[in-house]
Amino acid sequence: MFYTPTRMGDAFVEVEHVDLAYDEVSGNAIEDVSLAMREHEFIAMVGPSGCGKSTFMKLCSGLRPPTRGVVNVDGRQVGGPLKIVGMAFQNATLLPWRTTLDNVLLPLEIVQPYRANFKRDKEKFALKAKELLRSVGLEGYEHRYPWQLSGGMQQRVSICRALVHEPKLLLLDEPFAALDAFTREELWCVLRDLWTSKRFTVVLVTHDLREATFLADTVYVMSKRPGKILARRAIDLPRPRDLEVVYTDRFAEIVLELREHIGRIRKA
Amino acid sequence: MPARKRALEKWSPWILLAVIIVAWELICRVFQVSDFIFPAPSAIAVSLHQYARPITDHALQTFWSTMAGFALGVSVGMTIGFIVGSSRLMYTALYPLMVGFNSVPKSAFVPVLVVWFGIGTIPAILTAFVICFFPITVNVATGLATIEPELEDVLRALGASRMDVLVKVGLPRSMPYFFASLKVAITLAFVGSVVSETIASNEGIGYLMMSAGSSMRMPLVFAGLIVISVMAMAMYAVFAFLEKRMTGWATRGMDARA
Repeated sequence: MFYTPTRMGDAFVEVEHVDLAYDEVSGNAIEDVSLAMREHEFIAMVGPSGCGKSTFMKLCSGLRPPTRGVVNVDGRQVGGPLKIVGMAFQNATLLPWRTTLDNVLLPLEIVQPYRANFKRDKEKFALKAKELLRSVGLEGYEHRYPWQLSGGMQQRVSICRALVHEPKLLLLDEPFAALDAFTREELWCVLRDLWTSKRFTVVLVTHDLREATFLADTVYVMSKRPGKILARRAIDLPRPRDLEVVYTDRFAEIVLELREHIGRIRKA
Repeated sequence: MPARKRALEKWSPWILLAVIIVAWELICRVFQVSDFIFPAPSAIAVSLHQYARPITDHALQTFWSTMAGFALGVSVGMTIGFIVGSSRLMYTALYPLMVGFNSVPKSAFVPVLVVWFGIGTIPAILTAFVICFFPITVNVATGLATIEPELEDVLRALGASRMDVLVKVGLPRSMPYFFASLKVAITLAFVGSVVSETIASNEGIGYLMMSAGSSMRMPLVFAGLIVISVMAMAMYAVFAFLEKRMTGWATRGMDARA
């Protein structure tokens, strides 16, 4: 219903009539989900708890194959880990025995082609990681350990780690949910600026309708389990968006409209 | 914390030890307890000095048997821990067996070892080994089996193999568990070797105590006890120090408070 058919190669991520059940007993976690994302599009998934938003992320990253239907990313059907994705979660999940810099470098020790040259090019990679840390305002913290950083800083590091291998697709699972309101808004801007400069594609899973509206090009509203897409809302607020946009009537209208969808789901 | 209180806390184990020794000595003198029953610290000290040479020889024997058993225990314990912790199938299959094995009293195992290897050093080493590998296995396995699923997803989505995840994340994060288990294991290893020496050996502190006991030289028996406990405590301290050096990141909360 919300799926706009596109020619192959036109969409960056294509999800067609996908079901996913973790096992036979528990039934579908998501059901008949179809959507298409352009390259560089920023989409947000909102919905009640347990609606399968995280499941959707696992589909996009290739960590889970769909039970039914097809997922295409970057013109190819997803059959396993994609390697062109970066992920960040509500918990920063940094390694406490590694410094900030070494945490950010971790993906380069895993993913090709960086992995093969890691020892030789470590200096070069470190420069790149430092540059990334600088762009999120963490210059000077490279050699600190994660537990010496605040929650907001840890989350910035986590996002840097998700981006260091220059993924085409960034998957964020409620990355700012555990932060206080001011830090959260600060990080919205950090993410906005990273996205503006690096132009990757983003799937943001969130409970926060303001967050979704402020950041995304398109917001999808999902139903209770089994998760289905109930509504698709293009956010036509002009870019670049400043934080002030949050206080405009236009913004409030969109949030309210999304809120009504969620309200309807909760009543149902 | 004020400096005096901190100094008191630092020296408290030694102060307590001194108090116990003085009280012990006093009780033995006031009630005139016979040395054959319960020797006073002074009598033990005399005995330690008098038999310094044989005690040293036997202590070294025990020490090296224990270290050999401990080294075996660490390598086997780590290997099994790695296998058990990295595969759910192995975990399910091996764990009940290991618990069953671990609940056998190790002293009951010594006669079997004697039949197989004769009396002497080898049963002592093997008893130390069987008694100390279990805590190491359990701790390494726990560290590996409790990797955060999100972190695993981050790496798996990049194409990391199971081995990559274990080496980059699992092993380092199981290190605090591992070092904590070494402290337990080294003291257990001393228990193992001494028990075995007591039952079946002509050498070692266990044998020394056994033979001293049968000739009613109680101060010498107690001297043996003290030598064992000093060796075990010294090794415990070595591994506690190593733990702190290697995995300081895991105990940073304690450092911050100290």
